[in-house]
Amino acid sequence: MIKPNRGLQVTTLGIAFLFLYIPIISLVVYSFNASKLVTVWSGFSLKWYAALWQDDELIDAAVLSLKVALMTAFSSVLIGTWAGFVLARMGRFRGVTLFNGLISAPLVIPEVIQGISLLLLFVEMGNLLGWPGERGIVTIWIGHVMLCVSFVAIIVQSRLRGMDPSLEEAALDLGAIPLRVFFWITLPLISQALISGWLLSFTLSIDDVVTSAFLSGPGSTTLPLVVFSRVRLGLNPEMNALATLFILVVTIGVLIANHVMLSAERKRTTLAV
Amino acid sequence: MSEPLKDPGNLKVPQQDVAGLQAEPDDRAGHFVQVIDVVKKFGDTVAVHNVDLTVRKGELFALLGSSGCGKSTLLRMLAGFESVTSGRILIDGEDLATLPPYRRPVNMMFQSYALFPHMTVEGNIAFGLKQESCPKAEIRERVANALELVQMTRFAKRKPHQLSGGQQQRVALARSLVKRPKLLLLDEPMSALDKQIRQRTQIELVNILDQVGVTCIMVTHDQEEAMTMADRIAVMSEGRIVQIGSPHQVYEFPNCRFSAEFIGSTNLFDGKTVEDEPDCVYIESPDLPKRLFISHGITGPLGMDVSVSIRPERVSVTRKQPDQEVNWAQGVVTNVAYMGSYSLYHVQLPSGKTMVANVSSLALSEMGAPEIGETVSVSWQSTSAVVLTQ
Amino acid sequence: MTSLLTRLRPSGRSLVIAGPYLWLLLFFFVPFLLVLKISFADQQMGIPPYTALIDIKDGVVNFTFYLTHYAFLMQDSLYFAAYLNSIKIAAISTFFCLIIGYPTAYYIARSSPATRNLLMMGVMLPFWTSFLIRVYAWIGILKNNGLLNSALMSMGLIHTPFELYHTNIAVYIGMVYSYLPFLIMPLYAHLVKMDMALLEAAYDLGAKPWKAFVKITLPLSKNGIIAGCLLVFIPAVGEYVIPELLGGANTLMIGRVMWDEFFSNTDWPMASAVTCAMVLLLLVPMVLFQHFQNKQMDETR
Repeated sequence: MIKPNRGLQVTTLGIAFLFLYIPIISLVVYSFNASKLVTVWSGFSLKWYAALWQDDELIDAAVLSLKVALMTAFSSVLIGTWAGFVLARMGRFRGVTLFNGLISAPLVIPEVIQGISLLLLFVEMGNLLGWPGERGIVTIWIGHVMLCVSFVAIIVQSRLRGMDPSLEEAALDLGAIPLRVFFWITLPLISQALISGWLLSFTLSIDDVVTSAFLSGPGSTTLPLVVFSRVRLGLNPEMNALATLFILVVTIGVLIANHVMLSAERKRTTLAV
Repeated sequence: MSEPLKDPGNLKVPQQDVAGLQAEPDDRAGHFVQVIDVVKKFGDTVAVHNVDLTVRKGELFALLGSSGCGKSTLLRMLAGFESVTSGRILIDGEDLATLPPYRRPVNMMFQSYALFPHMTVEGNIAFGLKQESCPKAEIRERVANALELVQMTRFAKRKPHQLSGGQQQRVALARSLVKRPKLLLLDEPMSALDKQIRQRTQIELVNILDQVGVTCIMVTHDQEEAMTMADRIAVMSEGRIVQIGSPHQVYEFPNCRFSAEFIGSTNLFDGKTVEDEPDCVYIESPDLPKRLFISHGITGPLGMDVSVSIRPERVSVTRKQPDQEVNWAQGVVTNVAYMGSYSLYHVQLPSGKTMVANVSSLALSEMGAPEIGETVSVSWQSTSAVVLTQ
Repeated sequence: MTSLLTRLRPSGRSLVIAGPYLWLLLFFFVPFLLVLKISFADQQMGIPPYTALIDIKDGVVNFTFYLTHYAFLMQDSLYFAAYLNSIKIAAISTFFCLIIGYPTAYYIARSSPATRNLLMMGVMLPFWTSFLIRVYAWIGILKNNGLLNSALMSMGLIHTPFELYHTNIAVYIGMVYSYLPFLIMPLYAHLVKMDMALLEAAYDLGAKPWKAFVKITLPLSKNGIIAGCLLVFIPAVGEYVIPELLGGANTLMIGRVMWDEFFSNTDWPMASAVTCAMVLLLLVPMVLFQHFQNKQMDETR
């Protein structure tokens, strides 16, 4: 096992991680700052956390964001897995290039473009079909799904490509119809990819600013939109408190997920005699 | 293709029949599996050229060839994973062309075993029965029987990753047998096992298959495996069947250079016929100082080009010159490969060509093993050589 | 008759393909056609705030195409400058992401498996944390009385604060910071699968570590690098939030221009025209991205 230059390795990683974490740590530290001027320390205080509790606008927005994120995560996994399956298993069908493009494009296209185009779609649909009457939770949801579907599709596609196709063939050979093969064999084996896709979609949805801005309507403001409008004006200690809570939840989530994955991996690689 | 050999009389060799058995038309057991004029094209590439073969009920039939010869494609067509470009496949009289793999009375044991990693051994075996909507009690009983057949009963609750390679193979076998298919397909069954356990496993597998009585087609590139396990072998090359016969027939009476060289090893001599009698033939070869005398006749004009195949184990190595007029030569030992129970002697003839002789250690210990550089005589019987016309 | 029906009936396979295809066509492709259509319309009061393209009045079908917006686009130096600036900022940000991201991904990939896992988790954590609040964190650091300036002043290195908040530099920092994980993750996934035996063979044949890196590792990770860079560059061109929060009034980026046209001026046709031009601009990089993405997929089979 050739080891890379130790000194260089530690220095590089050190700088990278400092760069990644100093902002996060500063957020957390200043959330306990008693002063309203966020970066001028005047004492330890929990009052901003208390303020969060009373901030109705924020809480309503948070609840809405949570709802939309859950809806998005489940539907993205549904549609994305379906799309990923088509990409990986349906071979070369007519129109496969366009399909590929329709999946890859949302990965990179700037959000403003997606936002405006979807909004125009909904306006036209409203004119022609009467639905959607106004922008709200449904339009935000569709917009978020469009953001996430491609990620899930790519994750599922690469997982399927890496999977031994003879497993599905064996199931067919043993008498299972293709639909059964998908649900009993394929799906369980890509479950890890599905969970990653779900978590990714949830995160992207709960964090989204631009698409939500275009597609939200009166009474449907998401949490990031509220935060954005506030921080545009400058620093806001309540936002530090919110940020810290967020970081806490995510950290716990990542630690748990990592632990679960590691123990599953360990179980899989122990061979009994 | 090959010329039919005249019966040499003192060797009871049944007539070679490339197209299959000469059974009566309504002998269903004789034509249990029929592959009729099957062609498979991938775009412009032809993977399988007009293959015809018939498999008897209960037989273990091997498709033998190196990679790319079309044997795996043929197997997959039987299983239903590849469509047939033209031709028909019949099992017990039923045409399989329109049936998808999950409706065929065929089951396959995959090269990688393809055991479902998220199910137990029991679950894997029961899977096929569940697709047939078998009643639960029957499933349990048949699974238990299958486990006992392959001696894996105490591993029933284990998951595949907890089993060794040989154990996984047994589960895969049980899984494909439990549905009592009319045809069982084996895809390179031994390729994933270590060489040491291969021989024992081959015999065990054949015993189980005999016990169950299932008709079986296997695909392999290992000619030893085919020879050990199969009742009949089809040698394939470049999408075509070159020869079909029992292991004995294919080995002793190859019909062409490819068969002779692919199965076992052989010494090949090119020459021309010089005297042709109904029951014997003399051949002269530029590589041999003396003539070759073959004790069976061949059909064809005098003076035609032929190849003669002589297996190394039919060649005797002696210090003394043998007293026969034909079928011997003198040469110098250039290499000796000691293999334990036998040694391979490479003897270079005056013409420059090297002949390989397989000499048993017993014989060597009796005569005192010749060394490299020694002059020896190589000789063989008139019944030991086979004439190939291509 | 029945045979005709069976021929028209979609096979199971077509149904499976059609599902996601139709969804994507409706919610991705059709909207683009609409944007294209509306870019040829004109702003008007009412709902919808743009004119109709096809109109039937008194039995006459009228096609009304306004090319004014495109003309305006090409004449007004503002838009041109905004596009150019966006590309410049995106390119420089991508470059810095690569400079920081590649060594990071490389050294993590070369660590022992246990450490590797911990380090990647460390890289992922900021990624999972809200992008918005991480950009917000930089406001607190870069402001005149923020963390950076306070630290530098208390150390005596400077006497007047660095003006970083609401400048282009802040935008660069914010961009690199936000997009870094998008570069590290695919690059790491690619590097970690690299066969160590190749490097060992190179050393065995006498190559020094740096040479082996340049001649073996770098070329092999080429596809990963290109795909990762495009994954950063293309969305960065249209970025809105970062320049809005961290940039100054003269940090001209096309995303902001579009947003303003849409929300502040409610000139939807103009915004659509700007969008179409942006899509055209990004078409080539996007096709390149798909090409390299597929190449990479095939490689890692």
